[in-house]
Amino acid sequence: MTGELLTGVSGWIFAAFALVAVVSAISVVLARNPIHSALFLLLTFLMVAGLFFLQSAEFVGAVQILVYAGGIMVLFLFVIMLVNVQQLPLADPYQKQIVWAVVLGFCLNVLFDAQLVLGPLAGGEPFRPDAFRTVSGSLLGNTQAVAWGLYREYLLPFEIASVFLLVAIVGAVVLGRRSVEKMD
Amino acid sequence: MNVTINDYLALSFLIFTIGFVGVLVRRNFLTVLMSIELMLNAVNLNLIAFSRRLSDLTGQIFSVFVITIAAGEAAIGLAIIISLYRQRKTLNVDEADTMEG
Repeated sequence: MTGELLTGVSGWIFAAFALVAVVSAISVVLARNPIHSALFLLLTFLMVAGLFFLQSAEFVGAVQILVYAGGIMVLFLFVIMLVNVQQLPLADPYQKQIVWAVVLGFCLNVLFDAQLVLGPLAGGEPFRPDAFRTVSGSLLGNTQAVAWGLYREYLLPFEIASVFLLVAIVGAVVLGRRSVEKMD
Repeated sequence: MNVTINDYLALSFLIFTIGFVGVLVRRNFLTVLMSIELMLNAVNLNLIAFSRRLSDLTGQIFSVFVITIAAGEAAIGLAIIISLYRQRKTLNVDEADTMEG
């Protein structure tokens, strides 16, 4: 957000979003039923989208809601529906090395957080909200600014991404179809 | 309460770690895929935080690309899950061991 409007409140909004995001992320990993995992994942995506809005990344936040919360979640729920998870053989949902995995994850997190302690990243020059909305000198919206970069400076990666999506579509169709002889 | 980039980075590290532990810990293929999505989302959060810190739009453009890759990865991963379920009637990652050495 632009700052003036939310001074004082934005910290609490961040805290609320962050808390819900972390709790639901943990629930994604811990939930035994995949449907519960998927719904907690949806909650995490929405909270992260809120954090994007909070950081003046309005376009990415909207894409996050549309693509993740809209597209990917529907895909997950469709697959859960197709696979019929209730009839799967019941087994221990966690691997045997769970303790070691948690210890390893904790060490990884400490390693990451050490960077925050060793290299102070905060401070420096203050945020310029106009930087996210300026398109070749004139002040427009965040979407225009992202599109300006996407279609000019990063045109080749953009085209490669579109080819990648085509390959993903073809791959998903090929992997997902039944073999011809089994189809009655 | 003043929120700095450190808070956003700490949050993104935490979500990334949760996803990492999820990939290692879970047996269900679907939940492993969801944990990978969590990790990708944490990376997006990191990119956006640095984008704001540097007042530079590049991080936002890159996170659009990350979202694209995540969508393709989810589509392929779920197709593999469907395929595995048809052949083995299971979603356990330990049972997909044909290529085990």
